[in-house]
Parts: sequence; structure tokens; C-alpha cells
Amino acid sequence: MLTHFSAMLIFALCVSVVFGITQRAVPKMMLRFGALCFVLLVGAVIVASWAMWLIKH
Amino acid sequence: MASPTQPQQVAQPIPAEKSMFPALVLLAGWLLPGAGHFLIGKWVRALLLFAAILTMYLTGLGLSGKIYVPNTGDLLDMLGFVGQLGTGLLYVLARIFGWGSSSVVNALGDYGTKFLTVAGLLNIIAAVDAHSLANGRKASL
Repeated sequence: MLTHFSAMLIFALCVSVVFGITQRAVPKMMLRFGALCFVLLVGAVIVASWAMWLIKH
Repeated sequence: MASPTQPQQVAQPIPAEKSMFPALVLLAGWLLPGAGHFLIGKWVRALLLFAAILTMYLTGLGLSGKIYVPNTGDLLDMLGFVGQLGTGLLYVLARIFGWGSSSVVNALGDYGTKFLTVAGLLNIIAAVDAHSLANGRKASL
């Protein structure tokens, strides 16, 4: 059974793969852009999660 | 301040290869994720796109995501239908075999619906990318 966090990780990984391949032309830049997308997506979720926790408490 | 004797670097577009069948590449890429890239010889990219989009689609189904149908009269349902139609044959299979759910019953089901819709939108992006490679608009490296 997927948790919310693992579902988000799968989502971020798949989106990053597609964005990396489609938004850059050189394989090395594809890898870098895909990694950047993944870090930004996961980072944004973690920041938003802590923000919601702080609002609640 | 730059010296006038220094050579200036000007970005030059990399000449791209042109294919004879960009429309076919676009259609194949929409019907089957990664097929457009496969047709133009980018089989590693095709495999990665296929795996990523299929994973999102299967995760969406596993989370009991809703499969949208056309003509419900609800604008959001229509938008969801257009998004999910982007998965091409995968959407057709879901409709034929009755995969997914007809309504969202819990939070994970809502996540599943988002997975299915985003999988369709990503597949459209991938198909357009393959089309751009085939018609030479995007550099092919």
C-alpha cells in the first residue's frame, strides 16, 4: 500500500524523467534538468508540509 | 568592460535532422507512450518515457483513480477527460476493460485520478517532443 509520501516520490520521479527528456536536447543536460526537477518537486512538498504543520500548531 | 579584441561567443543553433514522417511520429507517440521517440531511433528515451508514463498510469489505476468519460456536462470532468485521453491506447484499454473507478471515494483515489490525468498530459508533451525532433525543430543529439 502506498503512503502519501511514496506516491509523491513516484510522481516526482516520473514527471522529472519526462521533463528532463523533453525540455533539453543534450543527454547530460537532460540528466541535470531531470535531477533539478526532482529535487525541486520533493523539496517543495517537504517545505509545504512543514508550513502546514506550523499553521496547524 | 569587455575588450574589443576579445572574440564574442554567439550561440549557434545546432542543425537538426529532419524525418519524412513527423505526423506519424506524433500519432504513434500519442497512441503508445515513447513510440514516437522509438520511430526516430531514440530508443533509450523511448524506453524511459514508456516506463515513466506507464508507471504513472498503473499507479493511478492502483490507487483507484477515476477514469473520466466525455459528455457528463461538468466542465472539470471534460478537462479531466481531455487530459486522460492523452494516454492514447491506455485510455481506450481502461474504458474497454472497465479499469479504474467511476467516482472518487477517498483521498488516495483523488491522488490516483491526478496520476492518470498527469500521465496523459506528460504523454502529450512526449509526443510533441518526438514530433519536434522528427520535423527538425528540436536539435537531435
